[in-house]
Amino acid sequence: MGTATTLPPRTAETPATQPHRRDRRTLSGLGFLAPFLVLYILFLFGPSLYGFVMSFFNASLVKGGLSSFAGFGNYAEAFSTPEFWSALWHTVWFTILTTPPLVVLALVFALLADRLVRGRWFFRLVFFAPYVLPSAVVALIWVWLYTPDLGLLNDWVAKLPGNLAAPTWLGDPSWAMISVALTTVWWTIGFNFVLYLAGLQDIPRDLYEASAIDGASPWKQITRITIPLLGRTTTLVAVLQVIASLKIFDQIYLMTGGGPDFATRPAIQYIYDVGFTDYRVGYASAVSMVLFALILVVSLVWFWLVRRQERVS
Amino acid sequence: MQTFPKHGVSRRDLLGSAGLLALSGALVGCGVARSGFTGQPPAANVLTYWNLLGGGDGVRMKEMEAVYQKANPDVDLEAVTLTWGNPYYTKLSLATLGAQPPDVAISHLTRVSTLATAGLLQPFPPEALARHGMTPDKFVERAIQGGTIDGQIYAIPLDTHPFVMFYNTDICEKAGLLDSDGNLKDVDDPEAFIDAMAAAKGITKAWGGAMSTIADPATDWRCFFTLYSQLGGTLLTGSAPEQIVETDKAVEVLKYMRRLTVEEKVMPTDIDYGGAVALFANGRAAFYFEGEWEVSTFLTAKMPFSMQRYPLLFGEEYAVQADSHTFVLPGQAEIPDDRLDRTLGFIRSMLDQGLTWGGGGHIPTWLPVQESAEYKAIKPQSNYADVAESAVYDPPAWYSGSGSNFENIAGAVIGEVLTGRSQPEAAVTRMQIGISKLARTPSPL
Repeated sequence: MGTATTLPPRTAETPATQPHRRDRRTLSGLGFLAPFLVLYILFLFGPSLYGFVMSFFNASLVKGGLSSFAGFGNYAEAFSTPEFWSALWHTVWFTILTTPPLVVLALVFALLADRLVRGRWFFRLVFFAPYVLPSAVVALIWVWLYTPDLGLLNDWVAKLPGNLAAPTWLGDPSWAMISVALTTVWWTIGFNFVLYLAGLQDIPRDLYEASAIDGASPWKQITRITIPLLGRTTTLVAVLQVIASLKIFDQIYLMTGGGPDFATRPAIQYIYDVGFTDYRVGYASAVSMVLFALILVVSLVWFWLVRRQERVS
Repeated sequence: MQTFPKHGVSRRDLLGSAGLLALSGALVGCGVARSGFTGQPPAANVLTYWNLLGGGDGVRMKEMEAVYQKANPDVDLEAVTLTWGNPYYTKLSLATLGAQPPDVAISHLTRVSTLATAGLLQPFPPEALARHGMTPDKFVERAIQGGTIDGQIYAIPLDTHPFVMFYNTDICEKAGLLDSDGNLKDVDDPEAFIDAMAAAKGITKAWGGAMSTIADPATDWRCFFTLYSQLGGTLLTGSAPEQIVETDKAVEVLKYMRRLTVEEKVMPTDIDYGGAVALFANGRAAFYFEGEWEVSTFLTAKMPFSMQRYPLLFGEEYAVQADSHTFVLPGQAEIPDDRLDRTLGFIRSMLDQGLTWGGGGHIPTWLPVQESAEYKAIKPQSNYADVAESAVYDPPAWYSGSGSNFENIAGAVIGEVLTGRSQPEAAVTRMQIGISKLARTPSPL
């Protein structure tokens, strides 16, 4: 940010007219915001608040009103229920499995695509194309690939040297989440890839030229120039990715239904199951609030990281 | 920058007010659209019908709908097919709560008590049923009784769909398993059943039988519940773990099921629904175990096969897991007579087309069809029609029924036994603890 300013000194304005202008400005500002604000309050803030209230009641989907007061009973039940903890763990486990490859591979592919002279558009398209597919299509494709005994992937594994037996991708509790993670990496890597490509465009070319004159190898350039200068992109990509992964639902619901033996049921599906299937919306609200708190903490850490980075630069 | 005209309207003001105006316009628009989503009665000639019938069932149901539509050109039939299982019942519940239920919907019989207790269904008035000739004595007793709660009929059963056994006639003949009439020899014995599958395995060089074991709790539950009922086991006699299932009988059944896959290796340990169908259709397994609805798949494949009731492996009295597709009237308000009559006319039309439906493997519960010579002539679909009265249905509870959490929890651990990842004793304990927790949760109904 520049320090020079052309703003007229504020003290010059007489205090008598200022509040009036402020009001007008606030009013027109609100006018701009109104379409968004009203929808936001109606469809996000209002229901969330209602959900928060409901989490303290034994509310049922099929009964009117809030039903009897439960105090912290729903929260106590959630924290003492192994299914809740395992669902939360599946969400975290999915995040752990997907975030590192989605950040690192996106960077690697972006670096490679950026170095290409010809056909760059092709590789950009190839990596980004899966991202535009709807989750249902992705799930369908990969369920076919993963089909035990007959699927394409099993066929490939069988052709590998070493007589490997393919795992039962989606059917083995210890493999199912890994299989879903693999699908997700293929599906969503394009988004991070594009963010990295944009970040790469922002790095001044003369830095590379200067370092090349000083005798820096391409590897040195990547580790000393590219990666450090992509720092802010990496923070953005990493945290957007963590938040996206914590919200995992579609692929798992479509591919495994949370199975086998509930080994992949994520927190959101647990909320869906207890809330809509079991009609226990009070309890489901309490679980949602816990997940909300978890995502909030992650977001706060992000803000803290970004603030610190801005101060450094 | 930062200078504002003292008079007149600034661009910001204009845009700002335009924003507010547009918004109020949108809200007014909502006001106009409201009649669409707050439940004004639909147009007089529309009949909305929801079902969860996919695959071969879906194709047959479409045929039957077309016949009805042709006979009733003045009615605008709007049929919607949704995903089977919990998602379907969730949508049906939410639509009813939102005062936008379909006129008529398919429900599994085992789900009817939950829906009715939740106040989401209207009972069928007996005099209205009589008006359309649908008196209770014209249905399979077990099925119509299952839909009667406190003396009121909440469900009109269309069929009974038991768990059955398909077999490949070519392979079984080569394995010496057919009698002189070309029917399967008696396999109603735990050892004879395994021997037959082992003999078939010798011919297929792959598997004796196939049954979905992974990502499919419902199928695993159907097989378990069939055998458990043959042993005379009871379910949900209370909410304590040992009252959920009887430990000894459940362990005995699971030990036997585990023998089939893990020890005797006559059935694959890891196979999903589609994979099991493919194994049978490709002749890599001589037997296939599933609900009878898969008959359409194998008829389409033009393969040599037949089907009959699932064998009686334990005990003396035959029992088999089954469920029924039924017609229900979703809604929280009483239904006007003209709409009710139109709906009942549709249901009657579906029942009368029981031959089409029965061709898909289901046993018609409408006796005028089931007892007809035409139905008996449909082979192999009518081979097992007599098991409708031996059908055992999932016990009633707010978390039980077809595709429910009860089946999901029980089926998941049964699947773990079939795949060899869990021991029978541990699996029964987990089943008991998991369902007991649901049983002890106060009912949200």
